[in-house]
Amino acid sequence: MYLLRRAWAELRNEILVLPSRTLVLLWVIAVLGLPLVYDDAYALRILTMTCIFAIFAASWDMLAGYTGQVNFGHALFFGAGAYTSGLLSQQLGLSPWLTVWAGAAMATLVGWLVGYLCLRLRGSYLSLATLAFPLIVLGLLFAFPGFSGGELGISGLRRLLLTPIQNYYVVATLMLAVVFGLWLLADSKFGIVLHAIRDDEVAARASGINTPRYKLIVFAISGAAAGLAGALFAHYIRVAGPSTLEVALSFQVVIWGIFGGVATIYGPVAAVFLLYPFTEWLGTFKAFGELRLLIFAVIVLLVLLFMPRGLAPWVRDKVETHCPRCKQRNGAWRKACRLCSATLKAQVARAERLVGHQ
Amino acid sequence: MLQDILITGLVNSGVYALLAIGFSLIFGVARIVNIAHTAFYMLAAYCFYALLTRTGLGFAASAVLSVLAVTALSVLCYRLVIEPVREHEAAVLIATIALGLIFQELMLVFFGGHYLGIPSTLEGVVRVLGVSIPYQRLLILVVAAAMLAAVWLVLYRTRLGLAIRATANDLEVANLMGMDVHRVAMATVAISVALAAIAGVVVAPVFVVDPFMWLAPLVTMLAIVVLGGLGSMKGSLIGALVIGYVEAITVFAVPAGAYLKGAVALAIMVAVLLVRPEGLFGVAFEEER
Repeated sequence: MYLLRRAWAELRNEILVLPSRTLVLLWVIAVLGLPLVYDDAYALRILTMTCIFAIFAASWDMLAGYTGQVNFGHALFFGAGAYTSGLLSQQLGLSPWLTVWAGAAMATLVGWLVGYLCLRLRGSYLSLATLAFPLIVLGLLFAFPGFSGGELGISGLRRLLLTPIQNYYVVATLMLAVVFGLWLLADSKFGIVLHAIRDDEVAARASGINTPRYKLIVFAISGAAAGLAGALFAHYIRVAGPSTLEVALSFQVVIWGIFGGVATIYGPVAAVFLLYPFTEWLGTFKAFGELRLLIFAVIVLLVLLFMPRGLAPWVRDKVETHCPRCKQRNGAWRKACRLCSATLKAQVARAERLVGHQ
Repeated sequence: MLQDILITGLVNSGVYALLAIGFSLIFGVARIVNIAHTAFYMLAAYCFYALLTRTGLGFAASAVLSVLAVTALSVLCYRLVIEPVREHEAAVLIATIALGLIFQELMLVFFGGHYLGIPSTLEGVVRVLGVSIPYQRLLILVVAAAMLAAVWLVLYRTRLGLAIRATANDLEVANLMGMDVHRVAMATVAISVALAAIAGVVVAPVFVVDPFMWLAPLVTMLAIVVLGGLGSMKGSLIGALVIGYVEAITVFAVPAGAYLKGAVALAIMVAVLLVRPEGLFGVAFEEER
């Protein structure tokens, strides 16, 4: 009973006070609870894919948003995870439960390697150079079809578990773990260092931060998460094909990331949860089937014109304000800060306006 | 085979140079990484196809009209889509990606996904060094050379060119010297897309036209521009020659070369970047703060 009351107090004081945290809580409940309420095979499939791509988008944001290493070839890590896991389980007959982690490990290695090669590159050079890596690998895969399956890829992979709902829960829990893990990491001291590297690498180095080491670590972490997503994807659709390395996938993750708002982790995840089911839903209409990508692009463009910083920061600014004194966030409806009881900015602005009218 | 490599390499380099120099110009002046650049090239090819086969205009008239139309469209896109989000680099980036996707899907809706062939604008071949070169490919070379010369003239012999170079060099100072930076950026967009459109028109009769024809040259163009150094004209030209020939050699001399040509070209780009992170002719600028 005491524990229950304690938990309720925590919930009320830490989560329900802020609309953004309440939203996150609702989202977690929805992700875990929706399949129990709405048990449709097609919806479940879409949700599973959404979760996989959410991991992928969050990993891109860690690298591009926080550290400023805008990666145009993020599909490389996805594909490395998918192909490694696929090949291992196909050729050696290992259980997918093992090979998924092997795929993630391989992607970590690839991430570290790409990071190592790109250490000296900055800005647009880095973006355009990273675009090249998945295409180089793709060319090699096509040139040696005996090993990679060529255009068809490696098919007939086993799923992790038998029923769709079990698979969904495996993917969803992993997604929640990875997303919250990355979020924690990004909010920690480590994340602050990453912000510093993005904003001014020279100044960060001058402050005694070993920037190459941090960049390599982020490349490896981001690669690991993306590789895990790729491996899960391969075992879910049961094919590890060249589509996991294509430019389209790399661009897709960039669109998700920027649409949702970079350097937030939750932004890209929110973008995936909105955009992926939406495009799939559009595809179910006969009339829209062919226009799917067109509508998707137009919507992305329009949203960007109104919210150039991305969806999540825009929404957050609408529902929350910063306390001018202690910099803590508050619900937009509050008159005084919930922690230091300083008058909030909106309130100050209104007071000033009143003074002006007199 | 040697002659084949020489000729194919030269023709491809010409097309790549047209694309890469345009891209490089926009990047230099407006700092826009224009992913939709080759989509304009694709649009021009489609426009040329439509005018030629549906309206019965002559080759020259449809070519000029399609270049003009695509250029006008690019200026419109710049004003409506890019300019409102200019301060947000990331937003500009995905705006151009979205534009490219929109053009691709529009063409898919209007013309369908199948390959379209355009009758050759010039028939006949000329024999040089024992290889027969169709006049069409020769035309590509001539047009590319003429356009490069024209761009050089504009950039180095006119006041507009001076303004473009000044803006590319230092946007803020150019602004303070009384240049209308927005107008200069718009002019640059027009010039660079016109180059891409011209490339699309001359290439259309040789290659097939389909809605996805912009993706392969996009990657090659990016490789060339990065190889030569972002924003450098000379670098783009030399990069185009290098990549054009490397691709030709891979296709003709290596087994399974058609699959590997992109990979080899990109690997060369990565190799150059490892040695010189700013590309062959890029200026090693201290990062802007």
